[in-house]
Amino acid sequence: MTQGLGSGSIPSGRRYLDLLMTALVGVAVLLALIPLVLIVADVIIQGAPAINLSFLTNSPTPVNIPGGGIGPAIEGTSVMVGIATLISVPIGVGAGIFFSEWPESRLSTISSFTNDVLAEFPSIVIGIFVYVLIVLATHSFSAIAGAIALSVIMVPIVARTTEESLKIVPNTLREASMALGISRWKTVIRIVISTGKNGLATGILLAVARAAGETAPLLLTALGSTFFLTGLFQPTAALPLLIYTYATSPYQVWHEQAWGAALILVAFMLVLNLTVKLVIGRKFSEMRAEI
Amino acid sequence: MEIGTQKEADFEVSEVETELPPRPTTATATKLETRGLKANFGANQILKGVDLRIPEKSITAIMGPSGCGKTTFIRCLNRLHELTPGATVQGEVLLDGSNIFSPRVDPVSIRRKIGMVFQKPNPFPTMSVYDNVAAGLKLSGVKDRKLLDETVERSLRLAFLWDEVKNELKKSGAALSGGQQQRLCIARALAVEPEVVLMDEPASALDPTATAKIEEAMARLKRNYTIVIVTHNMQQAARVADQTAFFYLGELVEFGPTAELFENPKEELTERYITGKFG
Amino acid sequence: MSFRLKGDSLLKSTVAAAALAVVAMVIALGYEIYSGSGLSISRFGFSFLPGTVWDPVHEIFGALPFLYGTILTSILALLFGLPISLGVAIFLSEKAKGQKTFKYVIGTLVELLAAVPSVIYGLWGLFFLSPLLRQYVENPLHAYLGFVPLFSGTPFGLDFFTAGVILATMIIPTVSAVSRDILNAVPNSQREAMYSLGATNWEVIRRTVLPYARSGIFGATILGLGRAVGETMAVTMVIGNTPRITASLFSGGYTLSAVIANEFTEASSPLYLSALVEIGLVLFIVALTINVFARFLVWRLTRGTRMRV
Repeated sequence: MTQGLGSGSIPSGRRYLDLLMTALVGVAVLLALIPLVLIVADVIIQGAPAINLSFLTNSPTPVNIPGGGIGPAIEGTSVMVGIATLISVPIGVGAGIFFSEWPESRLSTISSFTNDVLAEFPSIVIGIFVYVLIVLATHSFSAIAGAIALSVIMVPIVARTTEESLKIVPNTLREASMALGISRWKTVIRIVISTGKNGLATGILLAVARAAGETAPLLLTALGSTFFLTGLFQPTAALPLLIYTYATSPYQVWHEQAWGAALILVAFMLVLNLTVKLVIGRKFSEMRAEI
Repeated sequence: MEIGTQKEADFEVSEVETELPPRPTTATATKLETRGLKANFGANQILKGVDLRIPEKSITAIMGPSGCGKTTFIRCLNRLHELTPGATVQGEVLLDGSNIFSPRVDPVSIRRKIGMVFQKPNPFPTMSVYDNVAAGLKLSGVKDRKLLDETVERSLRLAFLWDEVKNELKKSGAALSGGQQQRLCIARALAVEPEVVLMDEPASALDPTATAKIEEAMARLKRNYTIVIVTHNMQQAARVADQTAFFYLGELVEFGPTAELFENPKEELTERYITGKFG
Repeated sequence: MSFRLKGDSLLKSTVAAAALAVVAMVIALGYEIYSGSGLSISRFGFSFLPGTVWDPVHEIFGALPFLYGTILTSILALLFGLPISLGVAIFLSEKAKGQKTFKYVIGTLVELLAAVPSVIYGLWGLFFLSPLLRQYVENPLHAYLGFVPLFSGTPFGLDFFTAGVILATMIIPTVSAVSRDILNAVPNSQREAMYSLGATNWEVIRRTVLPYARSGIFGATILGLGRAVGETMAVTMVIGNTPRITASLFSGGYTLSAVIANEFTEASSPLYLSALVEIGLVLFIVALTINVFARFLVWRLTRGTRMRV
């Protein structure tokens, strides 16, 4: 056997391969991040020039008339996401509570499974569903239809994150509470939910972010509009819809406005997501990747 | 499972209870020497400066109560300690006189020369028994089938595992029993022909019969390898180790021939540990 | 009943009703999609899937061009996206071990990729990526390797290739996050065993960590595939939207989701509409099958641990 260290090294081929692979891994990380940087940069560079107060508040104008804005789109998105939240949060949180606190129930297992299935539906298919169910029935594209489509997308997200946040609450807390004679329903509402409220809030915020960015289902339900809302049963504008319509149009003016609208949307997304990550905490933001 | 009936030409298997005759402690060459070895995890200092000379081709036991740094110590010897984020090492470890921490030295080559067997057997589950043993060789690019076959068989024999697996070499490494897995890990470590074999409580997860086989293998191996074993089992140290080192709170308290250490400890701490007053 | 018990059962009934609503939603969804396709199914039957003609004027509808486009772009997405995702996962799990903050930042940035809405990817793809790819990738490839069927056909920029690249970018966050978790779950004792044999960092990754994690990574891949299949907006904005089955990557194409997005509101006849709904049904089944498979794979690996995908 060799005495002493002699050559304290390994064949250079192996060493070089190790270095090469480290470099390749680094390249992969760069390649993954470059699109993010480019997209955000592009959105800012192209979109910023279009932003001013009148842009944000005016209605769209015909192409050759200046001064058009995205006011109705911002309003439409806010209203539809708002209504969708009102619909999906009770259902989602309720289902999540049920999955977490009564997991032994048959309904719980079935519903949890279908909840997962619901989460996997391509959003365009959900658009078809709401179209058939509501648009055909009411003979009109509408904000309500759009809101319902968005809520169908939001429910599984809220339900899942609610369930996970509540399941993390230690069982000993529940037992201690019930041992003190506090009824089950009070235990769940006062103690379990307030302990898990961070996770709940996160889930709702993430669902809102997702809904605000959805385009496909709205194509088939809200359709889009150039006017401010005059009621919930007419075609409605939405920010992502506007971006899509303008971007795929042949008009340069509209392209510029699409970038402006994109800036607003992306800013909203990033703020929301970073809030979730930084303020509410690391653990819950890991759910983000799973949605 | 019966006690192994393998017979090497010049080594008879005896029952577990028989003590192996102590090796005469004449001055033998030092294989591994530590000088002022310190080890930290972040701000936590685990080893506070250890000077120890480990003789070659013998079994040295490292003992001490939990938290005394014995595992950290041997993990410094094969430069495994520094792989943990936040872990640092100071001082020198000399293998045949050369410092393994010298900047010219590649840790990868050290780990080939100083092998390790872990407390919990950790065969590679995606590889067969054969591939487990050959894993280290394949790293060096050995492709010669004959050489691989020979080395695999030799290593498995040295680990007293050959007879039990010779017809099942394709079986997954994880499909063996606990004791067999550990011997597989020993064979795997031996296949790269290290000079030193470190063992971190290799039998603590095993039943007495499996332990006996490991100890048999160790007794056989010390003829050609320097073995350093961490153990919390004093009977085991008494059975297999030629010399024993006693650690306490990151310092080497006492070191000497096993029989002497146990019967006539020089330090009070050592005596208290041996008589069971703590640990 | 006492107030307490009433409260208990009230709560339970309320939340159970919510859970029931979820089930009802899915059932209603399935039913509506299925019944909406009824007309088309009864007209075309099994020839719908392999049908290559999509002619609204003469009312002949076949799903094959869209199925082809969906599958092709998803495969491209995996081809481009998987190596990168794996690299990111390896980086976050096996490299830069000490630098937690740095890795946290990188991890966050990769996650933020998932926060960008599909339509924004489409916008960027349309105005930035597509011309870029056409000029610097597609034209050269066509010029030098045009004899290869894949690269034949004049590059237009709005084609399968660009759609594949965009989709790859969109699945990176998911695949890398799941893969990273899978790699982190490989026990450290495995790595140490390989290190102790005298292996370099890469050798440890390649011979120990990756083999151990391979079925989980496969599951992550399938999950990414599921996402790619369902993507609509980014794809429709860069793929050209012409139903075509061709080997050329530089040709315009169409996917299941894109045709629905484009033509649904223009559908001028009940059969047209029903055919589109049937496309939706096909899309749903494809996405569901892939996702169930992925879920099953990852579940098998992480049995007992609470890893949700």
